[in-house]
Amino acid sequence: MAQKTMIQAITDAMHHELKNDDNVLIFGEDVGQNGGVFRATEGLQDEFGEERVFDTPLAESGIGGLSLGLALQGFRPVPEIQFIGFTYEAMDAINGQIARMRYRSGDSKSAPITIRTPFGGGVHTPELHADSLEGLIAQQPGIRVVIPSTPYDAKGLLISSIRNNDPVFFMEHMKLYRSFRDEVPDEAYTVELDKADVKREGKDVTLIGYGAMVHTALKAAEELEKDNIEAEVIDLRTVSPIDTETIVESVKKTNRVVVLQEAQRQAGVASNVISEIQERAILHLEAPILRVTAPDTVYPFSQAEEVWLPTHKDVIDKVNEVINF
Amino acid sequence: MKDVLENIEGQFEMFQVLDENGEVVNKDWMPDLSDDDLKELMRRMVYTRVLDQRSIALNRQGRLGFYAPTAGQEASQLGSHFALEEDDYILPAYRDVPQLIWHGLPLYQAFLFSRGHFHGNQFPEGVNALSPQIIIGAQITQAAGVALGIKKRGKKAVAVTYTGDGGTSQGDFYEGLNFAGAYDAPAIFFVQNNQFAISVPVEMQTNAKTLAQKGVAAGLPSYQVDGMDVLAVYAATKHVRERAVNGDGPALIETVTYRYGPHTMAGDDPTRYRTEDMTSEWEKRDPLVRLRKLLEKKDLWSEDDENKVIDDAKEDIKKAIKKADDYPKQKVTDLIDIMHEELPNNLQEQMEEYKEKESK
Repeated sequence: MAQKTMIQAITDAMHHELKNDDNVLIFGEDVGQNGGVFRATEGLQDEFGEERVFDTPLAESGIGGLSLGLALQGFRPVPEIQFIGFTYEAMDAINGQIARMRYRSGDSKSAPITIRTPFGGGVHTPELHADSLEGLIAQQPGIRVVIPSTPYDAKGLLISSIRNNDPVFFMEHMKLYRSFRDEVPDEAYTVELDKADVKREGKDVTLIGYGAMVHTALKAAEELEKDNIEAEVIDLRTVSPIDTETIVESVKKTNRVVVLQEAQRQAGVASNVISEIQERAILHLEAPILRVTAPDTVYPFSQAEEVWLPTHKDVIDKVNEVINF
Repeated sequence: MKDVLENIEGQFEMFQVLDENGEVVNKDWMPDLSDDDLKELMRRMVYTRVLDQRSIALNRQGRLGFYAPTAGQEASQLGSHFALEEDDYILPAYRDVPQLIWHGLPLYQAFLFSRGHFHGNQFPEGVNALSPQIIIGAQITQAAGVALGIKKRGKKAVAVTYTGDGGTSQGDFYEGLNFAGAYDAPAIFFVQNNQFAISVPVEMQTNAKTLAQKGVAAGLPSYQVDGMDVLAVYAATKHVRERAVNGDGPALIETVTYRYGPHTMAGDDPTRYRTEDMTSEWEKRDPLVRLRKLLEKKDLWSEDDENKVIDDAKEDIKKAIKKADDYPKQKVTDLIDIMHEELPNNLQEQMEEYKEKESK
C-alpha cells in the first residue's frame, strides 16, 4: 500500500473508473490538458484521450445540462464544478433537473452523474470559492451529498458514487487535498454510501462532523483525552441522507453530543442531525445537544477566515458544557 | 471600426415555400414529398387541431389538468417533427406534446401527464424523448449533451429541442447553443416564435430584430422560417438535420408563428395583452388552410377526408380518456419508490409510514 494525499486518491478513483467502464466521461473547466486547477484530473486526458476526458466551455449551467444529456445517452458523467460557489450557476441543472430525472420519468430514465467540486475554508481564496453549500443540495430529494474526510474514504466513496445509478454531489474539502497522507490501496475498492464511520471510539461524548471538521473533532478529542474525557468521533461521510443508525448507537453509549459543521449555523446539516437524535434517542441524553458552527454571515473575506472557521478549542468548550451540564 | 449588426440583421429573410393561397412560391425548396406524405402531413395537422380543441374542452370540464394550447403552431410542431427519424431525440417544452405523440407517446399517457400522473412520463421503450420541460430553457443545455452523446455513440441521429421566443432570453439558451457549437454536436435548436411569452411581446423581449440571429453569436447556421408554412418548416428542418447527421454540426431554426389560444388553461386571458384583430390577422395565414388549398388543387384532399380525420381523432381521444380514467390512481408510496434505484434509510422509514396511511 502507498501513502497518498486526498487529491491523489481522487485521481486514482477516476483512473480506475475510466478503465473500468467505457461510459465514464470526465469533463469540466480546465480538466483536460491542464489537469484541473487542483490537478485532480492530471494525466487522465493523455491516457484516455479527448473523447473521454475533455474541457468544456466556461458555463456551469451548461456543464450541468451537458451531463444530463450525456446520461440520457447511457454515459456516466463525472463533471467537475471548478469551485463550489460556481454551483449557484448550475442550481437548476442539479436540483431542478439531474436530481429529478428518475422521479420525473417514473423510473424509466436515470442520471448516474457524479458532480465533483472543491469547497471549504482556510486556504485564502477569493469570494465564492470556500463556502459550504452542502445544505443547498442536501435539501433536494433524489441526489446524495457525499463529503470525504480522508484520502482512503475519498477514493472508495468516489468509486461508489461513480458506480451508483443515482446522482451524487461529491464535495472535496480544499484544505484536505494535500494536508496529509493516508494508506490508500492501489487497487479499486468501494466505501459504502449512506454510511457514517466511527473515526475514533469513546464513551463520554459523541462528536459528529464531516469534511475538515472531522479533523477538528479528532484534534479536540486528543486534547480532551488529557482531561480523561473519551470522545467518540463520527464522520457522516454522506450528509444526505444521514446514517441515523450509527449516530443513535453512539448516542446510546455516550449520552452527550456535540455536532460540528463548517457551514453557517442556520438551516444546516447539523440541525438535521440534532433533530434525528432528539426524535430517536431523547431519553438517552444527559444534556442538550450543542453545535459548533460558523456564524450566520457570508463566508468572510480571507483575512478573517481563521477566526470565522470553527476550531478544536470551540469544540472543547462545547464538550465541557455538555459534560458539566 | 466596423459595425456588422446591420449586415447580419439585413441577411435574415423569412423562408417560405407555400404562401397563404396555397401557391408554391419557392420551387427550389419544394420538398420531395409523395402525395401520401402530403396527405399524412395534412392528416396530422387536422388531427392535432382536433386534439387541441378537445383538450381545451376537457380542461374546462375539469377532466384534464395542465394544458398549453397548440392551435396556430401546427406547422412548426408537426412540420419539424415530420423531418425527424425514430432515433432522433426530442427535448420538448411544455407546449410540445403533439411532437411527442407523433414520436410514439400513447395519447392516454399524454393525458395522464396533463393530469399529473407519473405514468404519463414513463415513455415506452423506443420513444426517444424527454417529457415536457417546465423550466424555460433547461432542456436546451440538455440537448447539447444528448447531441454530444449521439455523436460519441456514432449514431446517425440528432437531438432536437424546442423553445419559444421567451426561451431565447434565458442564459441556458445561449449556453446550449454554444456547447453544441463548440462540440460540433448534432443538435437542432428550434425556436417557435409565437409572438408572446405569456403576455410579453417579442419586441419587449429583445432588441434583436430576429431570434434566428441569436444563433450567429454561437457560430450556428440559423434560419428564420414562416412558421405557418408546414412545407417550409419541413424543408428547413430536413436540411439542418441532414447537415447535422453528416457531421456538419448544430443549427438553429426560428419559426414565426402564433398561438391562437391562451398561454395555458390555468387562467391566462389573452385579451389583456393582444387584440382580436391581431389574432384574426394571423388566422388568415393558418397552416391548415394553406396546405388544404394546395392539396385540393392537386385533388388529394376532400371534405370527406377531413371529416374522417376529425371523426378518427375524436374516437381516439374518447378511448384514450377512458384508458386514462381507468389507470390506477397514483400513490405516494409509488413516488417514494422511484426517488432512487434503491431506497435509502430515510425513505425506507417513510415508505412504511405512507403504506400505513394509504392502507386506511
